Amino acid sequence: MAETINVTLKVWKQESTEHKGQIETIKADNIPTSASFLEMLDIVNETLIAEGKDVIHFDHDCREGICGACSLNINGVAHGIEQAVTTCQLHMRSFSNGDTIWIEPFRAKAFPVLKDLMVDRSAMDRVIQAGGFVDIRTGSAVDANSLPIEKELADAAFAAAACIGCGACVAACKNASAMLFVSAKAAHLNNLPQGQAEKKKRVLGMVAQMDAEGFGNCSNQYECEAVCPKEISVDNIAKLNRDYLSSSIKEGVQTI
Amino acid sequence: MMSSYKADSTVPHHQAPEGPLSDKWSKYKASAKLINPANKRKYKVIVVGSGLAGASASATLAELGYQVDCFCYQDSARRAHSIAAQGGINAAKNYQNDGDNVHRLFYDTIKGGDFRSREANVYRLAEISTQIIDQCVAQGVPFAREYGGLLANRSFGGAQVSRTFYAAGQTGQQLLIGAYQALSKEISKGGVTMHPRTEMLDIVKVDGHAKGIISRNLVTGEITRHAADTVILATGGYGNVFFLSTNAMGCNVTAALKAYKKGAYMANPCYTQIHPTCIPVSGDYQSKLTLMSESLRNDGRIWVPKKAEDCGKPAVEIAEEDRDYYLERKYPSFGNLCPRDIASRAAKEVCDEGRGVGASGLGVYLDFADSIARLGEDAIRARYGNLFQMYAKITGEDPYKSPMRIYPAVHYTMGGLWVDYNLMSNVPGLHVLGEANFSDHGANRLGASALMQGLADGYFVIPVTLGNYLADQKPGAVTTEHPEFAKAATENRERIEKILSIQGTRSVDSIHRELGLLMWDNCGMERTKEGLEEALAKIPEIRKSFWEDVRIPGHAGELNKELEKALRVADFIEFADVMCHDALNREESCGGHFRAEHQFTQADPEVQAGTTQEGEAKRRDDDFGYVAAWGYQGEGVQPSLNKEALVFEEVKPSIRSYQ
Repeated sequence: MAETINVTLKVWKQESTEHKGQIETIKADNIPTSASFLEMLDIVNETLIAEGKDVIHFDHDCREGICGACSLNINGVAHGIEQAVTTCQLHMRSFSNGDTIWIEPFRAKAFPVLKDLMVDRSAMDRVIQAGGFVDIRTGSAVDANSLPIEKELADAAFAAAACIGCGACVAACKNASAMLFVSAKAAHLNNLPQGQAEKKKRVLGMVAQMDAEGFGNCSNQYECEAVCPKEISVDNIAKLNRDYLSSSIKEGVQTI
Repeated sequence: MMSSYKADSTVPHHQAPEGPLSDKWSKYKASAKLINPANKRKYKVIVVGSGLAGASASATLAELGYQVDCFCYQDSARRAHSIAAQGGINAAKNYQNDGDNVHRLFYDTIKGGDFRSREANVYRLAEISTQIIDQCVAQGVPFAREYGGLLANRSFGGAQVSRTFYAAGQTGQQLLIGAYQALSKEISKGGVTMHPRTEMLDIVKVDGHAKGIISRNLVTGEITRHAADTVILATGGYGNVFFLSTNAMGCNVTAALKAYKKGAYMANPCYTQIHPTCIPVSGDYQSKLTLMSESLRNDGRIWVPKKAEDCGKPAVEIAEEDRDYYLERKYPSFGNLCPRDIASRAAKEVCDEGRGVGASGLGVYLDFADSIARLGEDAIRARYGNLFQMYAKITGEDPYKSPMRIYPAVHYTMGGLWVDYNLMSNVPGLHVLGEANFSDHGANRLGASALMQGLADGYFVIPVTLGNYLADQKPGAVTTEHPEFAKAATENRERIEKILSIQGTRSVDSIHRELGLLMWDNCGMERTKEGLEEALAKIPEIRKSFWEDVRIPGHAGELNKELEKALRVADFIEFADVMCHDALNREESCGGHFRAEHQFTQADPEVQAGTTQEGEAKRRDDDFGYVAAWGYQGEGVQPSLNKEALVFEEVKPSIRSYQ
């Protein structure tokens, strides 16, 4: 039957944003190696309930790597050590019997901890609200094929649009910068003809909001790209910097 | 045999205008009631759900000037489960010049639904499909394109034309992000107030009309009353009644069930879609199932060992003559490409015989060895590389070396709250969009049609039809001061306190798993009278177990995931009851509803004539050509059955043939 392992969890427990948190040690025994990382936490939670304790809280939903809800720092790496996966796609066969696994929330000033491993990432929504869209009213669109788009541009827009908004890029960055996230949205829309009319407004608006939310600056370490489950390229950051510069000049505002 | 279910009232008229199908929507729009722009901003609209239907409706209604409050349980509107849709979205654009048109899309959809949907609604959906593509492209949705820069299409199940628009395998994600961006735009303009991490607990009715909701803030536990002039539910399907499904963990039936308990009809809840190609369950800890694209069946051969004792052996060690390619054997003309429902049931059959593979015994092989030998590994990698990689990540097995294991899983639910042509339920003021309503897919949904329906409802239907209701309502007439709000808030607070006070021995998940297993065994791929009666007898026991023995740690006034789950599971238990009643009553097989008693056999003239095959679903149009709209009668009381006859003016229901 299924192979199992015993691991020791060092889990961040924090009652609420206002409370102080701490690492707790929890044994996770007889974990099937075919279980996903989150299923391992499910198993641990079942045990905790049986023992009359509170469960470990973590964000999750689709459990197939696309909704962007899951968000753990596992042994210090956002979404764990496997390349190009979210935490929900990580499986226990990546661990060995007797391992100690450190599980912490995504840490950033702009992501306050809500409880245990759950953080508030609404700052990312507010960045999108500051310009991450095309202002088109429903019903006013022209025929979809009236505007051919060069395939390379369409593909570049698509590659950037693959971002799932999980926030791993922020969690991995020593400055807690959201540049990969912001630049991915900017590149998605700025690459397309539909996004040109508001390009300047979009770039300035999103960057200003990013700063206002308390995200740090980019210092080109590229940890973000390394942990991104969707392999969003840091080239988008360079493009955003260019677009920001040209937009700032057009706008006549002071650049940094 | 006639049903023992009694009607308690009549289903309201469907409200589709008279006249030829192709004129109905134009005619409707020409005479729909309007609200002048200055007055629109006085109306408050509540939208529950932020998936394709909810986000598109919220954004568009706010553009029109309404004050919108949108609620979602996720931490961001962008995470609604529409995001997980892979394949594509249908539209009758005929960009391929392959003879597609609105009528053809309409016909394919109504036939795919096994002639169990309402013609007028389906025609309107097909008509609107083209506008959706225009709208999404204008928003910057990065659909796949050809080298000439124009949009690419592919073909999909149930159609002979290429009308599916797609964005690699993430069409749902890109469409949802488009709708989310439209929603974000309106949030920034102040037209929409977004309430993330907020769950709707109940509908509030005032003088028979839906005028608000009670919500729970999932971070603080605070219970809040919200009044509005109308309520829109866009809360998705109920697939998680089975515990294991391809739905997200949080998908739930609470909003729809609460509406049902407040008098809205639940229509055709037995119609569920089981997708044949999912990664099988690997153990009893499993939390969800993952879909593998159906396209794999083009090059993979499905088999199980002939002898049960071979099931434990590695696949490669089982000799060719000891393998049973059961689909090729049973359905020689279709083989591995037979329809979804047939493929799913056949897999269940061989596993029930004890010939399933994998640790759980619930799996069949999908083998690419022949294709790899014929075409080479590179060709297979080029076609399915990402799927093979996904499979390898989840199972830890290399599908290039040994066959994949697959098993059917619950994927989509066609049934839902009853709505008329306005998308309004029989409760005035309560509108229902997307998967949450029963409207467009009949007994079976075709691939790439769910995204189409969600966006059609949200962007193009409700913005027109809502005026018909609101025009007769005085804006702001009801406030949260109305005693109904206090009453509903108190009831829900007491319910939460009761659940927390039980402190029994069982976790919520253990009860949910028990319910899911019962539903899967007795109301899943194949249903029988005995099985359904057994389920109806057991559901009250599960309900009792929940209300006497569940254990929830923590308290009400905090972030409490176990409490969230418990509230949802309590509702699934109640929902399971009406679902089984519907399946028991529907003494026929159609689409996703397969009653073992009603299938074609060799004795049937249709089989002898070659019109259909043995084992195909046998519809009974004369007795069951209706929508079953169930009315809530009280806890543990048999629901009432009210019928909307399906009148086909344009198409003639026929045997769904795949030959």
